[in-house]
Amino acid sequence: MAIKGAIVVDTERCKGCGVCITACPKDVIALAKNVNGKGYNYAEMVNGDCIGCAGCAIVCPDGVITVYKQQV
Amino acid sequence: MAKELKLMKGNEAIAEAAIRSGCDGYFGYPITPQSEVMEYLMLEKPWEKTGMVVLQAESETSSINMVYGGAGAGKKVMTSSSSPGISLMQEGLTYLAGAELPCLVVNVVRGGPGLGTIQPSQADYFQATKGGGHGDYQLYVLAPASVQEMYDFVFDAWDIAFKYRNPVMILSDGAIGQVMEKLYVGDYVPRWTDEQIRKIAPWATFGKPTTRDHNIITSLELDSAKQELHNLKLQAKYREMEKNDVRYEEINCEDAEYLFVAYGSSARIAQKAIQLGREKGLKVGLLRPITLFPFPTKRLAELSKKVKGMLSVEMSAGQMVMDVRLATENRCKVEHYGRFGGMIPTPHEVLEAMETKIINA
Amino acid sequence: MTFNQEIIKPENLVYTKTKVLTDAVMHYCPGCGHGRIHRIIAEVIEEMGIQDKAICIAPVGCSVLAYNYFEVDSQGAAHGRAPAIATAIQRLYPDHHVFTYQGDGDLAAIGTAETIHACNRGENIVIIFVNNGIYGMTGGQMAPTTLIGMKTATCPYGRDVQLNGYPLQITELLAELPGTCYVTRQSVHTPAAVRKAKKAVQMAFENQKNKKGTSFVEFVSNCNSGWKMSAPAANKWMEENMFPKYPVGDIKVNGEKVIKNA
Repeated sequence: MAIKGAIVVDTERCKGCGVCITACPKDVIALAKNVNGKGYNYAEMVNGDCIGCAGCAIVCPDGVITVYKQQV
Repeated sequence: MAKELKLMKGNEAIAEAAIRSGCDGYFGYPITPQSEVMEYLMLEKPWEKTGMVVLQAESETSSINMVYGGAGAGKKVMTSSSSPGISLMQEGLTYLAGAELPCLVVNVVRGGPGLGTIQPSQADYFQATKGGGHGDYQLYVLAPASVQEMYDFVFDAWDIAFKYRNPVMILSDGAIGQVMEKLYVGDYVPRWTDEQIRKIAPWATFGKPTTRDHNIITSLELDSAKQELHNLKLQAKYREMEKNDVRYEEINCEDAEYLFVAYGSSARIAQKAIQLGREKGLKVGLLRPITLFPFPTKRLAELSKKVKGMLSVEMSAGQMVMDVRLATENRCKVEHYGRFGGMIPTPHEVLEAMETKIINA
Repeated sequence: MTFNQEIIKPENLVYTKTKVLTDAVMHYCPGCGHGRIHRIIAEVIEEMGIQDKAICIAPVGCSVLAYNYFEVDSQGAAHGRAPAIATAIQRLYPDHHVFTYQGDGDLAAIGTAETIHACNRGENIVIIFVNNGIYGMTGGQMAPTTLIGMKTATCPYGRDVQLNGYPLQITELLAELPGTCYVTRQSVHTPAAVRKAKKAVQMAFENQKNKKGTSFVEFVSNCNSGWKMSAPAANKWMEENMFPKYPVGDIKVNGEKVIKNA
């Protein structure tokens, strides 16, 4: 049985600090090439390896990451 | 109301009034000549009688910020001190005024500047009536002239403080604080319940119920346009005080040709000087401002059309005299007579000053 | 491009922002530790069900606007005076949960007297102390906790002991006072650190519930703007430089100093 995870980033509130990228054990997150309304390169999922550990959300200074997890 | 007759010091009257007026908390730091306020409270143990909190803080800075906290939480809270301690409280007072918090601060004034002396003085008039700390703000200032008024004004202070959401100062002096006089005390006013606080001070931080957003107590507004609006609101409040809550007393003013203008201890001395003057056939009277802010400007303006001259008697180098001059606008002669640095004038020298500076000048 | 979108359903939710934080966008710099520390406190308040009894006292400094983020009744204090304000409210409302949130300048410089005396009286309050070794709000000046040799706007050649004295370990100092019940130092730079720090905050509020005296939680945190680094680099610099001077861990638990193995 595998675990599948996903994150939803509130891109308009993300400040692109990159702390979530360091925290992710699966290298799922990177900063987008595009910017949000404030001019920040926001965080986004770049592959499907997420395990829903929520490490990114826990260290996110601005609380912009919501995490989902499902056993598949 | 049942009245009991007591013999007390002015400072003790403040403390007794605090307990009987339903005060929730007193936070203070000892300083001569007002230390009896907290000493009396600690002896009386009001926490056993009414639930009132009494705490000796580590400094006046801390005391006034404890008052800020309690006031922000909707409680009737107060502190007392004397001049050097009140200087330390100026930071807290401007924050209290900015955040529009009701509270009572008693200043039993002693001579300055600096450590000065422990004897009575009225040299903190400017500090009390012109703000004191930074920014455009006013305290509502009551000036008692007797031990009875020390007691009564504590009750009045709560009404005004919560009516306007503004700090109230009782500006007394070392003489009124230390003198023993008889006074009548009344029934105990119960402390407000949590339900009453929710109604009287819905803006206060007593814990956020699910029915409303969180309350915030602050004096900070970084948006200048909003800060200006806040300032305009404060100014409107001060104008309301000037309109509705000016207090003064007139003694022998009906036929007076010459007026003493004096508050607190100086008013008591001036009263005796009037007696001496009248014995000599001089038509002298007294206008005693009871509120120093708002100042009885209007009444003094009216009187300035009737009398030939006014002498402002203060235990300072001449502070209130500025407000008397502003009120009278050169319609009559206005001079100042004062002793300071802890010295108290005698009725004879006050009358002599009236004669030399006004009547025979 | 999107990934694993099919699992985004309410029943699969594992983590979202607590409702004890407002939806206001925080003014903190990208990567600042304040946001995480705010969230830990808010989560503990939510989990303990004490939102209606919690009162936050915000300081002067970067977190001056903290009251905009906590969905609890709050007061903004004058610089350094939060412990005095908290003292009064806690005594007037003994069953409430009053906590202060203060930076190093606020708590350990201008407010030293208020801090020490509130702790020494054993006020039943929670003090949250965020130490990033610098004054962030005013533009990166020297703090009482600035490390020796560390450069700031007011010690541009590095903190010099002859000129500026030593970094103040106020947390160790406060642990000496009998009034403090719980004194701990935490950090929030990794998920594991955040989880541990949250337990510390929880213990602090539990102590308060049981009226055990003052609980003091220091957070060694970053100031990537003031330190002039990226957020991940600042976290690494913190581990290498701040932690040796400000070691993470409990200093006092239940009124007893924690004996560290020699």
